[in-house]
Amino acid sequence: MSSTTIEIISRSKYYNWLVKNLFSSWVNTILTVIALIFVYQVGSFFLNWAIFDADFRYNFQGELIIDRGFCSKNIMPGEYGACWAIIFARWNQFMYGLYPIEEAWRVNLIYALLPLAIIGILFDKIPFRRYFIYFTFIFPFLAYFMLYGGPGLSVVGTNKWGGLLVTLFLGVTGIGLAFPLSILLALGRRSKMPIIKSLCVVFIEFIRGVPLITLLFTANVMLPLFLPDGVNPDNLLRALVAVTLFQSAYMAEAIRGGLQAIPRGQVEAAQSLGLSYWQTTRKIVLPQALKIAIPPIVNTCIGLFKDTSLVLIIGLFDLLGIGRAALADMTWTKLYYEVYVFISLVFFIFCFGMSRYSLYLEKKLKTDNS
Amino acid sequence: MTKIKSLFISLVLTLGVSIAIAGSHGSTHDLVKERGKLMCGSNTGLAGFGAPNDAGVWEGIDVDVCRAVAAAVFGDASKVEYVPTTSKVRFTVLQSGEIDMLSRNTTWTLSRDVDLGLEFVGVNYYDGQGFMVNKSLGVSSAMELDGASVCIQVGTTTEMNLADFFKANGMSYESVPVETNSEADAAYTAGRCDVYTTDASGLYASRAGYPDPSAHVVLPEIVSKEPLGPAVRHGDSEWADIVRWSLNAMIIGEELGITSANVDEMKSSKNPEVLRLLGVDAGYGAMLGLSDDWAYNILSQVGNYSESFEKHIGPNTPINIQRGLNALYKDGGILYAPPFR
Repeated sequence: MSSTTIEIISRSKYYNWLVKNLFSSWVNTILTVIALIFVYQVGSFFLNWAIFDADFRYNFQGELIIDRGFCSKNIMPGEYGACWAIIFARWNQFMYGLYPIEEAWRVNLIYALLPLAIIGILFDKIPFRRYFIYFTFIFPFLAYFMLYGGPGLSVVGTNKWGGLLVTLFLGVTGIGLAFPLSILLALGRRSKMPIIKSLCVVFIEFIRGVPLITLLFTANVMLPLFLPDGVNPDNLLRALVAVTLFQSAYMAEAIRGGLQAIPRGQVEAAQSLGLSYWQTTRKIVLPQALKIAIPPIVNTCIGLFKDTSLVLIIGLFDLLGIGRAALADMTWTKLYYEVYVFISLVFFIFCFGMSRYSLYLEKKLKTDNS
Repeated sequence: MTKIKSLFISLVLTLGVSIAIAGSHGSTHDLVKERGKLMCGSNTGLAGFGAPNDAGVWEGIDVDVCRAVAAAVFGDASKVEYVPTTSKVRFTVLQSGEIDMLSRNTTWTLSRDVDLGLEFVGVNYYDGQGFMVNKSLGVSSAMELDGASVCIQVGTTTEMNLADFFKANGMSYESVPVETNSEADAAYTAGRCDVYTTDASGLYASRAGYPDPSAHVVLPEIVSKEPLGPAVRHGDSEWADIVRWSLNAMIIGEELGITSANVDEMKSSKNPEVLRLLGVDAGYGAMLGLSDDWAYNILSQVGNYSESFEKHIGPNTPINIQRGLNALYKDGGILYAPPFR
């Protein structure tokens, strides 16, 4: 076959696809055209606003933008788009909150090491995986030491943490702690031992019956009141407890769904081979159940990652909170769109990443032939 | 649902109050000194009143009260740790002892003062509900607003004040309900309502953000009382005194013409009250359990009330608030501190 033939075939392939999907009837053709015009209008408007007509660090006169008065759009209203200078000016706060800037390298180090810490559990076909897994277990202690401080490092209280640091801290730690907890809860809920079972049911149903915001509020407001004078657990820690409990209850239900989908015969076969309960669970039931439960688990993780922004209500400056604080500074007030678009973009990157990873995992673990 | 919610909140608050009262035996002043820094409840961000700047340093007139107290206690205004609080958690955070004082545009009301176990120690900003209109309407008084459409945040005291005001003056209005401040801004600038009403300080802050602030005018009528001030826990009068007189020192400083710039010269003044305030005549610091130069430290590091006002919300800032009610009593306002003697 000559190359031109291939070209023709492939061209006609695209042509067929277009005709079949977009121009199959005159109604569809009109809809396609309208949709294209719409996409073009919205897309070009957004791109013009966000990129082509926007200020980054300098305005159209070439001056460095140090407050909103320097934004091109505020000098010549209607002519210019976004003024991203607020993001540049507040970049450190978006990344680290009010963390002392001379200590920010510690946060940067942890940001850099975070991928190394999770790569071992995310992918199984990487070289030296065992060492990555070791590192995963060391990492939380290392991160705590680097971020909070200790011998040799100045202490930075968690009330100084903020921005992406708090969002990631709550998201990653919450998910990390909730995962083992939720497996135990899910198994406990299916246990034949009545006390364990009822404890798990009560816990899960109670936590699921209460909105996260109420849990956060309870953890933040009621906890210190019940504790003796002067014992004030850290604000961020309280939020982490609430987030972890919340996430574990939801994830437990997702995992229970997976457990219930395992045919009874699997367990019976394992038992007839003489495997104990834990052996059966670890080697036969859980691997299959977790595989089935991947989509709902990732679903709850994405949900949790976004829910972390609720900590704003108890006075923690997560990414959203620090954005709102930036808007409250009279230097930058009213640049709502810039700040919210930026924050959405950051959230989108993380959530989309999680979602793509779950697709990859599903494909990799697919063993049936359907 | 609202019933359950309010039940829950009152439960939390009752618990908070009873435990706070039961547990308040240690002196806050000693605790603060021991800790080496003041924990001050601030806003999560309100332009001119309390917000972190680009460098992460907190600024605003509410923040200056915290700094004044730190200057009085430690001789160093920077020894403050700010705990951002939302309007929902601010009182419980104070009751649980997590913060030593609350300085966060909080209105002093009877129920808060009495029922919630707080003690308001003074007023650092007299606010009140006002009206903003576009200049092109040619309106110069709220009495001319008959028949106007008004943007109003639903479920607030402002909504009730608005109804009262129009009813009392025999006028009618058409309400345009909005949920948040930013929504109100959008509705008002888009011309969906003629009038925007909320606390006057909020109106000024909003106006500062409009493309053409000078096209809008805040009408002179103020239809409600919103005295904003710092609060401490009930039951520790020594600490309340320190916070109260730290604020008063700023006000008296303005009255006596002492600024951060001339405070050293004023030490050789002939006015006995100045000498008492600046600690040249010894003895007044000891009454509060502070060093004699406590007020000197406030005025040299934070400045007097007028300096704080002009720096953060005054006519030369984007927020552009006139002194008005917040001028000293002798300049036509109602700002008045008891004598320093």
